[in-house]
Amino acid sequence: MDLNTVASITPARSRDDLRLLGPGVAPLAGGSELFASPRPELVGLVDLLSLGWPALVISDDGLEIAATCTLAALSRLPAVPGWTAQPLFLECCGALFGSFKIWNVATVGGNLCTSLPAGPMTALAVALDAELLVWRRDGQDEVLPASEFVTGNMTNVLEPGDVLRSIHLPLAALRARTAYRKIALSPLGRSGAVLVGRLDPDGGFLLAVTGATVRPELLRYPSLPTAAELRADLDAIGSWFTDPHGAADWRRAVSAVLGEEIRTELEDRSVA
Amino acid sequence: MKLSINGETVDAVAAPGQSLRTFLRDRAHFEVKKGCDTGDCGACSVLLDGVPVHSCLYPAGRAEGAAVTTVAGLGRDGDLSPLQQRFVDAAGFQCGFCTPGMIVTASTLDADELDALPRMLSGNLCRCTGYRAIEDAVRGTHRRVGEPREPDPATSRAAAARACGRVGTSHPAPASTRIVSGQEPYTLDIAVPGLLHLAVLASPHAHARITRIDTRAAAALPGVHAVLTHVDSPATLYSSARHESRLDDPDDSLVLDDVVRFRGQRVAAVVADTVAIAEQACALIAVDYDELPAVFDPRAALAPGAALVHGDKDAATSRLADPRRNLVAEMHGEHGDLAAGLAEATTVVTGTWQTQRVAHVQLETHATIGWIEDGRLVLRTATQVPFLVHKEICRIFALEPAKVRVFAARVGGGFGGKQEILTEDIVTLAVLTTGRPVQYEFTRTDEMTISPVRHPFEVTVTLGATQDGRLTALGLEVLSDTGAYGNHGPGVMYHGCSESVSLYAVPHKRVDARCVYTNNPPSGAFRGYGLGQVIFGIESALDELARRLGISPFDLRRLNSIGPTDPLVVTEVEGADLIIGSYGLDQCLDLAEAALTRGNGVEAPAGPQWRVGAGMASAMIATMPPRGHFSQASIRLDPAGTYTLGIGTVEFGNGTTTVHAQIAATALNTTADRVHIRQSDTDVADYDTGAYGSAGITVAGKAVLAAATALIEQLQLTAAARTGLPAESWTPEPTGLRSGSVFLPLTELAGATGLEAKGAEDGAVRSLAFNVHAFRVAVDTQTGEVRILQSIQAADAGVVMNPEQCRGQIEGGVAQAIGTSLYEEIVLDGAGTVTTRVLRSYHVPQLADVPVTEIYFASTTDSLGPYGAKSMSESTYNPVAPALANAVRDAIGVRPFELPMSRDRIWRLLQL
Ligand SMILES: Cc1cc2nc3c(=O)[nH]c(=O)nc-3n(C[C@H](O)[C@H](O)[C@H](O)COP(=O)(O)OP(=O)(O)OC[C@H]3O[C@@H](n4cnc5c(N)ncnc54)[C@H](O)[C@@H]3O)c2cc1C
Ligand code: FES
Ligand code: FES
Repeated sequence: MDLNTVASITPARSRDDLRLLGPGVAPLAGGSELFASPRPELVGLVDLLSLGWPALVISDDGLEIAATCTLAALSRLPAVPGWTAQPLFLECCGALFGSFKIWNVATVGGNLCTSLPAGPMTALAVALDAELLVWRRDGQDEVLPASEFVTGNMTNVLEPGDVLRSIHLPLAALRARTAYRKIALSPLGRSGAVLVGRLDPDGGFLLAVTGATVRPELLRYPSLPTAAELRADLDAIGSWFTDPHGAADWRRAVSAVLGEEIRTELEDRSVA
Repeated sequence: MKLSINGETVDAVAAPGQSLRTFLRDRAHFEVKKGCDTGDCGACSVLLDGVPVHSCLYPAGRAEGAAVTTVAGLGRDGDLSPLQQRFVDAAGFQCGFCTPGMIVTASTLDADELDALPRMLSGNLCRCTGYRAIEDAVRGTHRRVGEPREPDPATSRAAAARACGRVGTSHPAPASTRIVSGQEPYTLDIAVPGLLHLAVLASPHAHARITRIDTRAAAALPGVHAVLTHVDSPATLYSSARHESRLDDPDDSLVLDDVVRFRGQRVAAVVADTVAIAEQACALIAVDYDELPAVFDPRAALAPGAALVHGDKDAATSRLADPRRNLVAEMHGEHGDLAAGLAEATTVVTGTWQTQRVAHVQLETHATIGWIEDGRLVLRTATQVPFLVHKEICRIFALEPAKVRVFAARVGGGFGGKQEILTEDIVTLAVLTTGRPVQYEFTRTDEMTISPVRHPFEVTVTLGATQDGRLTALGLEVLSDTGAYGNHGPGVMYHGCSESVSLYAVPHKRVDARCVYTNNPPSGAFRGYGLGQVIFGIESALDELARRLGISPFDLRRLNSIGPTDPLVVTEVEGADLIIGSYGLDQCLDLAEAALTRGNGVEAPAGPQWRVGAGMASAMIATMPPRGHFSQASIRLDPAGTYTLGIGTVEFGNGTTTVHAQIAATALNTTADRVHIRQSDTDVADYDTGAYGSAGITVAGKAVLAAATALIEQLQLTAAARTGLPAESWTPEPTGLRSGSVFLPLTELAGATGLEAKGAEDGAVRSLAFNVHAFRVAVDTQTGEVRILQSIQAADAGVVMNPEQCRGQIEGGVAQAIGTSLYEEIVLDGAGTVTTRVLRSYHVPQLADVPVTEIYFASTTDSLGPYGAKSMSESTYNPVAPALANAVRDAIGVRPFELPMSRDRIWRLLQL
């Protein structure tokens, strides 16, 4: 929709240009969230796309995803040998309720910064222990684990003027095996729960619960837990929530079902 | 910035926060539609250098240097792309508002992506078709009704289809080629010089009196032309609901009131150069409110001491049952003796069912453009009832009828939602105040928060039967929440309790129904008009009874449904105005049962958590509204030898325009392409009550037939006068009249001025149509997921006028009903605030959600309808929810009593 109060969109060419950011002036990435609801508080936008960040950089220690990389580009990255976790990219893009036309514009950074419980890039980032590079408004760089980034339903650690620069996926995680489950109130509906399991080469297991809880919940184990252990730990989570995409009690129950499916899938695969 | 649009270079400035959609529409690219403005519906889809995007979300400035392609760039009328042609051939649209975006998106799909079509089209919503026809158009798998569905060999069926055009053939909609190329104008698809825009200040309170309203700052803002408040409002009370008789609805509304009764109600309006300025000015209006006690629960609203929503109204003047008890209308009646009937019964079933608020989500939102032309007020508006809007606008503003013209262009979907005055009243006030053209367009959020929703009903049903399955008693209690205004409240309540009850021959019946005010947003007319809500309860209760008695649910209906000669009884025997003009219920039951028994080979997913079940339900509906529905048509033979039909009814995807062309073509023995139609305009027809109550064929169609018949008589007389040969000896042919070997060309008969005849229908007698739906489902007991394995609808539509369109109406009704049954709910917070404010939080069925429904037609010929036809638009929706609930009950052993049967609700049922 038209953002009628926005009087200017400034293309950023360098980090200096980001100083324009602050109250009333927000970063513009794909725009698929910004232009989808009235934003009477905004008077200006600073366009991040003009910074020309390379979308995907593969290195020896993993993958660096620019915050401005689109979901479409991420989903189309050709398979990298040894990256057993790579199918998760496409799976997580598929958890976005928006159509493939939204993938064409929506960015990985924009999704993390929107910080919806149903943020599929949040699921990807926390499941793969991503490290996020944040450009603080005062010029400092800060690297923090993805698990600390989202703090609640549409809240995160960024202050006005801060920018998410990139998302680094470490090689170790990319070499893990993953299993993914999503459920919604309809076949392709907005996620009610997105769960990702990761079994590392060293036997360590992680289950990321998103979509069903106000912020991502991570369960970590040195080795694959038993069904009962996992169930008990899922039951102990306290941040299930209710919105039009599902009631809290249902989210909790289906997360237990999906969590167990993931556990067995990875167990079977580790045996095979 | 420079860019190219459909190959044409454009150099223009985009406003900073402007979306590409607005930029394109501002340049008269009206083929780019606005359905939601939030990236959910896809109506705005365009290609940017070949990549599809939702243009409503795309910052216009970013299109600099790009090549933009809209649907019009893919092909034009006369030079359609193969994909566009397939949408014509497959009838891949009804209202057509989704079509441009659908075609643009589908145009980018390769073979692999076609295999994932439900996912690829997840961002393109269609509210009308139920998607089967769209899928066929995209994949090229279209087959006519009854033919197997498989890939089409290259032969185009378009030519064959166009050559026909008689009643009973699948003639394509006259607007087809314009719709698939984006060239058919809808309400706002017009550039009006000097157009001003209107925005509204919404009430933050559920019930409050405005004690002070200061508009000075708003009025002083440059670009503001008027600020309107209750001080400027006419004092005439009216209802937003429109019916043939204005006495059907309570007069309880003002254009602007000093008391607001629901959150979001308009408090003031600003007319300004742009929407942006109007919105900015709204924020500058200072209002003091005196908050009043409010009530949100319909039961609490009836309790003594409850806050009174319209306590200030006079019962007689406003036509309210009892404003001191929030009672809008009530109905109590008994046929026989319910207690005696229950005493006779060996088995008694009782239960209380609850339906939810449902939004119409017609893809085109409500909108009106008004202006003054030659001293007359002209309203171009998205309405189902232009003539009724005309009458009421004249009444509210004390305008002479001749000084007002109301018309509708093609309307982008209705479903009952446009049988209301929601935008026309305030636009009239704005135009009369400023003298300038003014536009007011609802946002999608307006549609979900202030546009009336389907009435939520609490329905208690008690059934008694003897061991052999014969019903002895039927008791019905209904409580309907009409919200803060009574529009359609009484009608929906009465109609809800009519054909749902009279379908069954039961010696003892009792109905107690009440319709009450609350401070919730208003409810209004919705496809089925109350019947669906009550049918959900009655048909669920019948299913329970069949279980208890160990009788098949089909047999229970066979035993107890009215037969072709039975009297129709709700609580009294219906008058002679309602007849069974043809009876196909028996066939529908047989067809649906046979299809269910046959199965369709689709198996339930593997795993012990899946349970399978089947269920069915029946529905009956009158073929038009009661107490008269009028239409007057004219047909003119033009000097050029073609015909022009003038008819008042509106086309909004119901397909009546197509059928009217077919009726005229058949009666005049010509081809449909020789009949030019002018419609939905108080200037082109004498009168038409409107496109509601499924009256498009049964009333307007009859008027067309009468006019055509009268014109032939005139032509015969003219021919006789010219030749001396007897009038009866002349028969019409496409280009002339023939009597033996003598031929008179139409061009000659028409003379210099043409010949015109008129025809009218008064809808004094109504017939009944029947629908039976059956489902086989699988339910995941771990997650509550309901998967539809087989969906069947058998329909008695009388003689089917246009099989393709009739199938489309059924498929669309079923899809909308599946939305109601499984997904959709306008949620309130208990204090009058809607929490589902965008489509993303209100799940309208996507392609992935809608199974292909097997459709069967009973073979009957109605004694009343034109060419033996009956209506088939609302009725298709009504049996679906109970059929699905009954199937779920069969699968999981627990009965759902509440809609929607969302996964979380079904899961919870299983925890009990
Ligand atoms: C139909 C539809 C369905 C959707 N479904 C989902 C869904 O299922 N789950 C979900 O999570 N979201 C969903 N969204 C919301 C949104 O599309 C996504 O979150 C998307 O990834 C946002 O990315 P963007 O680049 O378009 O963000 P933008 O709209 O450009 O920005 C979003 C927000 O993040 C800020 N921002 C963007 N980039 C940065 C950065 N690098 N540093 C700091 N701040 C930044 C912006 O200022 C803004 O506040 C949906 C949107 C639509 C239209
Ligand atoms: S108007 Fe853009 S997606 Fe609906
Ligand atoms: S035809 Fe698709 S919305 Fe009307």
